Amino acid sequence: MSDHEGEFDKATGKTTTGHSWDGIKELNTPLPRWWVMTFYLTIVWAIGYWVVYPSWPLVQSYATGVMGYSSRADVAIDLANLEKIRGGKMAALGAAPLAEIEKDPALLALGRARGRVVFGDNCAPCHGTGATGAKGFPNLNDDDWLWGGTLEQIEKTIQFGARSAHAESHEGSMLAFGRDGMLKKPEIETVANYVRSLSGLPTAKGYDANAGQKLFADNCASCHGDAGKGNPDMGAPNLTDNIWLYGADEATVVETITNGRNGVMPAWIGRLDPATIKALTVYVHSLGGGQ
Amino acid sequence: MNKPVAPEEFDYGPLYAAQKKVYPQKVSGRYRNVKWALMAVCLGIYYLLPFVRWNRGPGAPDQAVLVDLPNSRFYFFFIELWPQEVYFFTGLLILAALALFLMNAVGGRVWCGYLCPQTVWTDLFFAVERLIEGDRRERMKKEAEGFTLQRVVELTMKHSIWLLIAWWTGGAWVLYFNDAPTLVRELVTFQAPALAYIWIAILTATTYTLAGWMREQVCLYMCPWPRIQAALTDEWALNVTYKTDRGEQRTSLKKAAELRALGQPAGDCIDCYQCVNVCPVGIDIRNGLQMDCIQCGLCIDACDGVMEKIGRPTRLIGYDTDINIARRKAGKPEIYRIIRPRTVAYVGMIVAVGAVMLYALLNRSLLDINVLHDRNPVAVRLSDGSIRNAYTVRLLNKRGAGRVVTLDVNGPANAAVHVVGMDAVSSGRPEIVLGRDQTTELRVLVTAPAAINSEKSIPLVMRVTDSAHGDMASATDHFVAP
Ligand code: SF4
Ligand code: SF4
Repeated sequence: MSDHEGEFDKATGKTTTGHSWDGIKELNTPLPRWWVMTFYLTIVWAIGYWVVYPSWPLVQSYATGVMGYSSRADVAIDLANLEKIRGGKMAALGAAPLAEIEKDPALLALGRARGRVVFGDNCAPCHGTGATGAKGFPNLNDDDWLWGGTLEQIEKTIQFGARSAHAESHEGSMLAFGRDGMLKKPEIETVANYVRSLSGLPTAKGYDANAGQKLFADNCASCHGDAGKGNPDMGAPNLTDNIWLYGADEATVVETITNGRNGVMPAWIGRLDPATIKALTVYVHSLGGGQ
Repeated sequence: MNKPVAPEEFDYGPLYAAQKKVYPQKVSGRYRNVKWALMAVCLGIYYLLPFVRWNRGPGAPDQAVLVDLPNSRFYFFFIELWPQEVYFFTGLLILAALALFLMNAVGGRVWCGYLCPQTVWTDLFFAVERLIEGDRRERMKKEAEGFTLQRVVELTMKHSIWLLIAWWTGGAWVLYFNDAPTLVRELVTFQAPALAYIWIAILTATTYTLAGWMREQVCLYMCPWPRIQAALTDEWALNVTYKTDRGEQRTSLKKAAELRALGQPAGDCIDCYQCVNVCPVGIDIRNGLQMDCIQCGLCIDACDGVMEKIGRPTRLIGYDTDINIARRKAGKPEIYRIIRPRTVAYVGMIVAVGAVMLYALLNRSLLDINVLHDRNPVAVRLSDGSIRNAYTVRLLNKRGAGRVVTLDVNGPANAAVHVVGMDAVSSGRPEIVLGRDQTTELRVLVTAPAAINSEKSIPLVMRVTDSAHGDMASATDHFVAP
């Protein structure tokens, strides 16, 4: 059984293993019995484990084990338990009026936490993960609210959407003044310059401010207001501020007036339960501080 | 080269070595008494500490020592630690390691011999064994005789008592994690959480196995300390030592007397094996200091007893060093040096670490603030051109009472501060209500006028103040322009 002869160490009366490092030889010290037994026991345990739990890889799948254990089932149970724990709290959230949620730190924390998750799942594709928005999709972190920024207004927008198929959806459209022949190209350019001047942006050389103001009063003021301050009931943006949903440069504004803009937000009622919509509402409201 | 070759049958030796059963004999004396006393103190503390009460005011647990896992708190008398303060435990571990090094430098494995839980419980189990089955000789005889009715009764009794002690050990353990009186009541009425029973079962099993069956095997094969200690010890450490200079040559009592009568030197050791018989690990200390020796000092007591009986000076085995053996042989006086660079260094480190921990403990803030700047978006431009940054602020109120703090933000000039959901203000600063002993997460919006646009990043300090208690905490961050 050996390829070396066991050496005998006189000092200890033991044999050596024949291994030597820098002239120091290793004594052949037998393991204690219980240690060896423990080792065998681990082997038996491993075999038992193979039988009881899923482990053997098969060609298509894996051996499932006699206990039918699956970590997926565990996750399902955990999730069900979580729902149970969460159920009560979410019910409290659903029952409380929005203003009260805003005042109760515990409810507000729950709403914001839940809202953040739901936002990531449902709203982030359009509004961005941090609700930063994009061209045509409002940034929800600022203080400009197309359809109003109070808790109730935000909830209504989430529930029914804007220009969605829902009967109670926000309506109001920006007409295509150019495409539909209501204004001619030079007129559009003039009114575009007027609109830019409302928020202090520079105007083109030789533009006729009086003509612009008149064109605006005739065509735009009905929705955007005489002063261009907008109207949240119709989703008409405030044209006097620094926030431009589609862009503030002259070409973009001309394009907006020519073809109109009618961004759509889907209705979430029916897809999300009322408590979740409330959570989303307080979350969105907290992002920019709402109104 | 004459290489000694093993006899054929020894070629590889056995695959494993059976545990050599040790029958430690009863002994009495100074070190045994010290061990009894330390055992009483250690076990007393372990079993009774959970029942000590400490008033922390209403709503707070009144258990002096409590590991409150569900609420992530640790209570130790007047100290209450939060998960953020685990460094105190790191400090404690460092202190424990240094204390172990110091003990080792002064007195070898004193920890092993007197204080290690394995030693203490094994000693207790030995005492039970001796009480029921008799002393060494009786036990060996009974074991050789095989099973008799009496033996079966005795063994049943011994293991029952062992299991009882083991069970009570596990029971005491779980009491550190819950209000002790309540948990005891729940345990008795089977209302306690399953986890409590599981832990009791685990600790019962380990105590019974380790102290009842494994005994010295734990020290020999499982514990890393003997190896580490062997590397840390030096020639000045006081170890349980058989003084060869006095003991050798071993002779019989009669022969020694004859030699002395002739004025010739005679060894004091009469080869009576008392030191071997009492040894709980079953070794012969006369072979010199060895890894197996846990330095319990019982062989000292045993040999002292023999020396007294034969009228020779005691401490043939005693705490001594190899240096002294050599010095005595050479006719030089003994030297003991407890104060030496190594021990001074350990004491210095213990004092330093202890002082740092004490300072940190006494100056630990009961109010804390963490600030996290929003990354997405980093900054927002508002409709009037002003710039807003949002921060997630976490406030920690470690006081055992609710309180109101005010938030000051020192950043861009003329910035407005708004805390979502908190409308109350006191002299222009947001007021925040904190619950007792908890963390609160806030969303803080800081809005600066458009004019700061030229600066990309402005340092910002957030400070919370509890003027009622005089607590204050602050954190720094930045205000960023788009
Ligand atoms: S040799 Fe002595 S000190 Fe060492 S373990 Fe045995 S009895 Fe204890
Ligand atoms: S007890 Fe003392 S005298 Fe007896 S064998 Fe041990 S060392 Fe020698």
